[in-house]
Amino acid sequence: MKSTQATTSIKRGFAAIAATLALFSASAVAQEPIKIGAFLSVTGGAAFLGDPEQKTLELYVAKVNAAGGVLGRKLQLVAYDSAGDAEKARTFTKRLIEQDKVDVIVGGSTTGETMAVVPLVEAAQIPFISLAGAVVIIEPVKKWVFKTPHTDRMACEKIFIDMQSRKFSKVAMISGPGGFDKSMHGQCLGVAKKYGIEVVADETYGGGDTDMTAQLTKIKNTAGVQAVLNAGFGQGPAIVTKNYRQIGITMPLYQSHGVASKEFIKLAGAAAEGVRLPAAALLVADALPASDPQRSVVVNYRNEYESHFKSEVSTFGGHAYDGLMIVVEAMKKAGGTDKAKVRDAIEATHGFMGTAGVFNMSATDHMGLDLSAFRMLEVKGGNWTLVK
Amino acid sequence: MLSRLASPRTGGLLALAIVIALLPLALANKYFYDIAVLVGLNAIVCVGLNLLIGYAGQISLGHAGFFGLGAYGSAILASRYGWPPLAAMLTTTLAVAALAYLVGRPILRLKGHYLAMATLGMGIIVYMVITTEDRFTGGPDGIAVVPFSIGGFVLQGERIWYWVVGVLLLAAVWLALNLIESPTGRALRALHSSEVGAEVVGINAAEHKLLVFVISAVFASVAGSLAAHYSGFVTPGKVAFLHSIELVTMVVFGGMASIFGAVVGAAALTTLPQLLTVFEDYEMMVFGAVMMGTMIFLPRGVVPSMARLFQTRRNASSDDRAGSA
Repeated sequence: MKSTQATTSIKRGFAAIAATLALFSASAVAQEPIKIGAFLSVTGGAAFLGDPEQKTLELYVAKVNAAGGVLGRKLQLVAYDSAGDAEKARTFTKRLIEQDKVDVIVGGSTTGETMAVVPLVEAAQIPFISLAGAVVIIEPVKKWVFKTPHTDRMACEKIFIDMQSRKFSKVAMISGPGGFDKSMHGQCLGVAKKYGIEVVADETYGGGDTDMTAQLTKIKNTAGVQAVLNAGFGQGPAIVTKNYRQIGITMPLYQSHGVASKEFIKLAGAAAEGVRLPAAALLVADALPASDPQRSVVVNYRNEYESHFKSEVSTFGGHAYDGLMIVVEAMKKAGGTDKAKVRDAIEATHGFMGTAGVFNMSATDHMGLDLSAFRMLEVKGGNWTLVK
Repeated sequence: MLSRLASPRTGGLLALAIVIALLPLALANKYFYDIAVLVGLNAIVCVGLNLLIGYAGQISLGHAGFFGLGAYGSAILASRYGWPPLAAMLTTTLAVAALAYLVGRPILRLKGHYLAMATLGMGIIVYMVITTEDRFTGGPDGIAVVPFSIGGFVLQGERIWYWVVGVLLLAAVWLALNLIESPTGRALRALHSSEVGAEVVGINAAEHKLLVFVISAVFASVAGSLAAHYSGFVTPGKVAFLHSIELVTMVVFGGMASIFGAVVGAAALTTLPQLLTVFEDYEMMVFGAVMMGTMIFLPRGVVPSMARLFQTRRNASSDDRAGSA
């Protein structure tokens, strides 16, 4: 009697265990998360890029999960800090691919980091959306590599078109020493001719320079200059702007999208009045007319970000938002996480409204933005206004 | 026989060879192999740098410059001008050696902080040239590098690189061990303790310092060339001041005047950032704490401090036996 009782209870125990196991494995299959890999420069010199990118990814992965995830599966973010170091970026990418076995990679805050991992993602055949700026990432087209930020060449073109409309053809350039400055400088020189622009003076300044009067005086004394373009990043452009007014140059001054933040107006003060620059719609969310199709996307993202992190929104976080959302849409379309199908779906992204603009990707364009992604802004009364 | 094994020249080298041979058993996938290759490349630089810092007592805060010149030299010659990688590497190494000789001659007359400043300046000049001359170097965004190949055989994949770097590391350690046990090595140690004293007994201090400076630059340059081919990409980050500091930190962390200390230091500081990712936002804090803890509790570096601890224990136990007998 006793023994039978014992055996039944043991049997029951086994049954219970088996049932739990079955349940567990069943739920494991259903809820196996979709892994999104990321390597971002959260610390180091490029932290201003990586920090908002990581915050944005964390915020929106949580939001997507709260809304039920993708295809009934939750998203899981695996993020590493590559600290702006190409070597680290490479190692972490190997880790994402080999160790964490992620389904897709969104990351690469800087061009150097992105280019360092391109051979890896191509070899591993995994979709990769870069958050870095330069044109080299998508030209020539690499099968598995995409990017969401607009390129510096587009900024140059936007500026040159504006110059054309104001009938300027002789332009002076002044640029800084950083990666951004150098890349944009090169791109601008490359496309200038296309817009009938002649660069008649080309000056540079150093990283720690606190006075650019000498270079600007040279530009001032160059015959025929009609406008000045400063390809710069960080503090340099603010100093250029101040010196520009101090030595009494009255020609129009153009800055790059690299200084499209309130910080620039604060640093340059009254001298910033009248300065024009191309920028993403995100920065002028409130200035956009209600009829603008991009308005709701950028206003929503800005409100979410600023209410969550209590810090000012930047375009860089917006690029991460675009990247993540393009991936989510692509996975929905592909009906799963099959890498080749997701890649094809990303390449087929059409009419997706992101913070950077409308994305229309194709086999020959792995970014998919056109010049409408940039808005030409002018500083008026200490604030950005849209140039009509 | 046993006493020969206990000497670092045979025993230590044998131990290192065994570790390199057996390590793949613990390397589950390409990612781990990748880390091992990076450890090996850093270790080669550190073994050379340790000859300069640990044995000759001369500081260099510009060794990333030599590493970077090696990397960029190979990258530019092999990728832009289509040289065979081996020829590019050898040419680059010779050029770096010549540069180290030319630069070393005047600056090694300086001592202490002044030498630190001069080497620092040299490193920064190299960095500036590389970031500015973007026609050749690709500027701040870096440059892609073709894979290493000898004849028709292309070196690709982490596993092949692991063995190549492993053998080269063994060779580097063997060279360094032999150097410090040679008359030159003794001369170096003599001038480390007292330069004046060494000169009095007839050691040409300037020449010896220059020799070891050039040797360490060559180690760094070769490792740089290999790193460039292995990664397939170089950015100026590898030439930056911070990388120089990282290299010196590896040497100090592992233990100055200990060849194996340099290897251990390189291994520890290359793998730590990978291990510490579990701490997420606190990663850098934990990293700092580990560094501080090591310097407080093992002030002579990991390997020498451990060896000393082991030595005193053994002496104490043999004293006990002697006492009881």
